[in-house]
Amino acid sequence: MTGATVATPLRVGELLERQRHRETRRWRFLFLFAALLLCSLTLDVVTGPSLLGLREVLTTLLSPASADAMTRAIVVDMRLPIALMALVVGAALGLGGVQMQTLLDNPLASPYTLGLAAAAGFGAALALITGGLGLPPLLAVPAGAFVFCLLAACLLFGLALMRHVGSQTLILAGIALLFLFQSLLSLVQFLSSPELNQQIVFWLFGSLMRTTWPILWITLAVTLVCGVLLHRDAWKLTCLRMGEARARSLGVNVTRLRLKTLALVALMTATAISFVGIIGFIGLVAPHIARMLVGEDQRFLIPLSALCGALMLSTASVVSKSIVPGALFPIGIVTALIGVPFFIWLVLNQRGRGRA
Amino acid sequence: MLELDDLTLRLGGLTLAEGLNLKLQPGQLHAVIGPNGTGKTSLLRALFGELPLAKGQIRLEGRAMMPGALAHWRQAIGYMPQNTQLDLDLSALEVVVLGRLQHLSMRLSDDDLQAALAALQALDITHLADRPMHTLSGGQRQMVLFAQVLLRQPRLMLLDEPVSALDLKHQMQLMEHLKTQTVDQGWISLAVLHDLNLAAQFADQLIVLGEGRLQAFGPPAQVLSRELVQRLYQVPVDVRQEADGLPCVRLLRRETPPAQTRAYLDLEME
Repeated sequence: MTGATVATPLRVGELLERQRHRETRRWRFLFLFAALLLCSLTLDVVTGPSLLGLREVLTTLLSPASADAMTRAIVVDMRLPIALMALVVGAALGLGGVQMQTLLDNPLASPYTLGLAAAAGFGAALALITGGLGLPPLLAVPAGAFVFCLLAACLLFGLALMRHVGSQTLILAGIALLFLFQSLLSLVQFLSSPELNQQIVFWLFGSLMRTTWPILWITLAVTLVCGVLLHRDAWKLTCLRMGEARARSLGVNVTRLRLKTLALVALMTATAISFVGIIGFIGLVAPHIARMLVGEDQRFLIPLSALCGALMLSTASVVSKSIVPGALFPIGIVTALIGVPFFIWLVLNQRGRGRA
Repeated sequence: MLELDDLTLRLGGLTLAEGLNLKLQPGQLHAVIGPNGTGKTSLLRALFGELPLAKGQIRLEGRAMMPGALAHWRQAIGYMPQNTQLDLDLSALEVVVLGRLQHLSMRLSDDDLQAALAALQALDITHLADRPMHTLSGGQRQMVLFAQVLLRQPRLMLLDEPVSALDLKHQMQLMEHLKTQTVDQGWISLAVLHDLNLAAQFADQLIVLGEGRLQAFGPPAQVLSRELVQRLYQVPVDVRQEADGLPCVRLLRRETPPAQTRAYLDLEME
């Protein structure tokens, strides 16, 4: 033991105060990100190819009846649900990422790296080339993505149920699923016509443009319910970060917690991905930023990961509309372009701290 | 009382110990000793319900451990696993407070924090309260994790090598606190220890495992003989009775250096 004798005894009151200060600081980060999110949301609604002015947009939002039909359609029916969808999907991916990393005790885990996104991609591609088995394309593609995303999650789920299967095995299984579904997707692309191939590629880019109000409400409801249920287990999930044996020793039913969390994450990410396509890196990066700011206390880490993911995707949405004026850049590409340098910095930083 | 009836422990097809029959009394500290790989950790894991029993039964206060009701069984247990590797961005105080998991609400109450601070104070490590776990040394982590397990207020305390990274002062602090609490609270405590003298000084009973079975069980003065230690550990030792009646084990170094060292010394001489 080092340094055990150097400190003067601290009064209990002083230590309690310090703990309260730590918690206040974490609350501040939550409020800061919520405020940034509001700014980003406003900017997202204001930005767009039709070049509407800030005042025009705000007037339309505050009093839709007074705006002309065209402006109302652009702002209320197109931009607002898309901007809100960016927040909801970003939050879902952030939440999914942080819980995958917690469950598997691995900083590289995310719905993307564990094959859930690849499975959704394959499902969507399959729906496109089979013509949706009679369903309308707007329903068939998200349904295909959702079903295959859940299927991949069920495979992971089955493994998690097995005795003596630890987090390492689950990660390996997730990576195997990623490769499996990527190969199947390539096979589908290889067999499909150039027109269908183009549609598949467009879906894979990830886009918020397909958002409608009903889609937004569904995604919001699922994300909210799953988010609240995850947050109720905040203390148990904090214990799980100390390792499975220690969590068990503190009275956590690790198997039940793992299954419940995996089910919630799968449902949430499958819903989000099925509507917007594959958007990488948010689920990986957002939890890391949140963790750097508030540490491992999941009472704060869960909401901040959601806020951080929402802010990232909302910002990416603004950037995607601003790169080429008057045109929309696929948002999946933007998140990857922002995410990759950050990810590399993260890995190097972790090594510098001797943690990787 | 904790009763072990004809217990057999197996790990990966290998039988570590079989036919364990023990009755452990409340208010007593039991040191589990024995060479590496003789099932000491496995015994603790089995008592915690983490290692399925190959054979036999465990009963705590007359109630048998049932594989389907482990969560309930574990409520009575404070278990400190061997691994202290915690690369976490949580303060020591926050880690200790998790020991009260069953009582925690979304907002940490003053009671929760005060209980955690009291545990840190009892071990004289209050100065670590604010420190993030990943900045602590192995020994400091071990003390913090011991403070955490204290908060569980268990009836059965299982500690796997709790002093492996501690200096003498903190070994003393931890063991004295464990002993006092065991007596005062009426815990049944089991601690895996490698230091036989520490075990002899603090334990009421020694559980000696080796060669796949229980080698001995009883007070240190009766159990810790020269013959037993030499046979189990395969090293020459001297076991002396101290003034307080407790045995003291001393390693006897081999007089002739090993062959390689002899060869090196010969070269030096030339």
